[in-house]
Amino acid sequence: MSAPTYDLGRLHGGLRLPAHKQASTAQAVLPCPVPRELVVPLGQHAGDPAKPTVTVGDTVLGGQVIARQAKRAGASIHAPSSGIVKAIAPRPVFARQGDDGRCIVIQTDGKDRFIAAAPPCADYRQQTPEALTELIREGGIAGLGGAVFPTAEKIGRARQGNLQYLVINGVECEPYISCDDMLMRERPADIVTGAQILLHVLGIDKAVIAVESDKPAALISLNSAIREAQDPRLTLRQIPSIYPSGAEDQLVQLVAGIEVPSGGLPSDVGCVVQNVATVAAIADWITRARPLIERITTVTGDGVSQPVNVLARIGTPIASLVAAAGGYTDRAHHLVIGGAMTGKAMSNDAIPVEKATNCAVVLSALPQPGPELNCIRCGECAVVCPVQLLPQQIHWYGRARDQAQLQRHGLMDCIECGCCDLVCPSLIPLTTRFREFKAVSRQLEQEKARATRAKQRFEAHNLRLQRAQQEREAQLAEQKSTARSAGPDAIAAILARSKDKKRSGDTEADD
Amino acid sequence: MIITAAITLGSLALLAGLLLALAERKLPADADTLVEQINQLLPQTQCAQCGYPGCRPYAMAVAGDSVDINRCPPGGDELIQQLAELLGKEPRPLAADLVPATTPAVAVILEELCIGCTYCIDACPVDAIVGARNLMHTVLAEECTGCELCVPPCPVDCIEMRVVP
Repeated sequence: MSAPTYDLGRLHGGLRLPAHKQASTAQAVLPCPVPRELVVPLGQHAGDPAKPTVTVGDTVLGGQVIARQAKRAGASIHAPSSGIVKAIAPRPVFARQGDDGRCIVIQTDGKDRFIAAAPPCADYRQQTPEALTELIREGGIAGLGGAVFPTAEKIGRARQGNLQYLVINGVECEPYISCDDMLMRERPADIVTGAQILLHVLGIDKAVIAVESDKPAALISLNSAIREAQDPRLTLRQIPSIYPSGAEDQLVQLVAGIEVPSGGLPSDVGCVVQNVATVAAIADWITRARPLIERITTVTGDGVSQPVNVLARIGTPIASLVAAAGGYTDRAHHLVIGGAMTGKAMSNDAIPVEKATNCAVVLSALPQPGPELNCIRCGECAVVCPVQLLPQQIHWYGRARDQAQLQRHGLMDCIECGCCDLVCPSLIPLTTRFREFKAVSRQLEQEKARATRAKQRFEAHNLRLQRAQQEREAQLAEQKSTARSAGPDAIAAILARSKDKKRSGDTEADD
Repeated sequence: MIITAAITLGSLALLAGLLLALAERKLPADADTLVEQINQLLPQTQCAQCGYPGCRPYAMAVAGDSVDINRCPPGGDELIQQLAELLGKEPRPLAADLVPATTPAVAVILEELCIGCTYCIDACPVDAIVGARNLMHTVLAEECTGCELCVPPCPVDCIEMRVVP
């Protein structure tokens, strides 16, 4: 392989971690059978949960839209296979770590019939970027790297900036996860096609496909796919395998040579990043009319018999995935969804595969860090922090609840990669703390916004009362001056008239 | 020699004094900015528990040193600490005649009981209640500060405070 490698020195911090990827990449991607019951969560994407467009008892076909996000910003959710909508009810989901969240439950009919649809467009080159963006929204495409941010929204925002590079993220730096590696090995042509579609949508002519240097098979297959496509706009780049070089901002820093500003987006430095799986899903949808209804998920860890990557429909329970991987071993004890660093422990294996589910790790034991000791200010955490924060300072200020200093030290820029936890000699769970601090500071911000609004409303309220008072006074003054200018004769006349009226009224009443 | 010096210095002092007096009259006093700073720290609940008809009036009183800094229950100890720091005063616990704030809540009108008297609308300091005479009223939960000022005027006791979920 001869793809140029980026210089390691450009990235601050990071760690070399044991990959734990050989076991799951030993065999080809295994298709997971469609289960009898698919549970499709409504809250899969970033943003508000989607609203169902089907009701209980409806017959659905694979690829049919079953839910849409309320705002135009979101992505659609499609039926992963054909069957009958059995329920729209709370079921265990990933977002709530195994607790119930709203889902559409589909009883599959085993025929796996698909909605008959021509590809949404015969030739994407004939379409305007706006129309294609709208199509991508309709296809339910969302960032498969983990954030599940609706892709159409990301494209829309990026197009407003001055773009230079499309960066396609094949840097799967987190231990255990190998689904993108397998995708790059097996479907490089789709990644190339998806990249071409995205270049057309974004109106730019430079795409960088970045792959970690410890994935030779993926590099070879992508290289030949690019050569076959004969597209000079695409270049392949190797990235040194160091965690977390695949995090969006870190990758952009490597490619563009500039750091993404604090609180900014990659588009601020001319880049837009898409995960390889997202790009392949775009190709699937635009050229073959297959919306995002399945994904490759890594099933691995010392708790499964045969670690493997499976191709599973969205809504397939994790338990079925593990069964496809030969079932649990006797030692299986913990289920983590996501990688070893940023994954979340789940309370049960009935949770379904979502668009975001890149990996299920079954472990015999979770690393037990032991009792937490006091910070000795060794500064190891600051050395490994890829965002160049000072975790030890943030830890202190967080404990002192010093919001101003927390913000000044860039708490909100923490990417929660977990590097500082690993190196801390005092075993302080720094990342967990930082998540708490972030939640607190977000809440305080909300309260502040609320107070500002209350202040404005209070001031408006007082102004209104004041105005009403002034109007009343003006009216009184006017009446007074009218009476005064009319003179005493006129007042006497008015009084006489009213007396007359009263008397005549009395007589009428007597009648 | 001494007389010249005395005259020079004396006239300089007089000039400086005049300038200072003029500046004090013409330039805006920083009392306003102090009121603004204090108001910025207050929780803007507009609950009037401090004895002033809202947060800004209390801020003005605190800036004018006519009231203690420990009379805001929703702000709690944290606010007292901040005010003490800002004004260079000694922090003290919340005034004994005030009830410490509980969990934040918003007012909810039991709509089937509401007779449409508009008393609560008049009481609301932030115009967060909508409705018209003889028609049912309702609280805009988003705008409600939880000040509880609408609760006592209601003749049919149809307003409840509910904890924000």
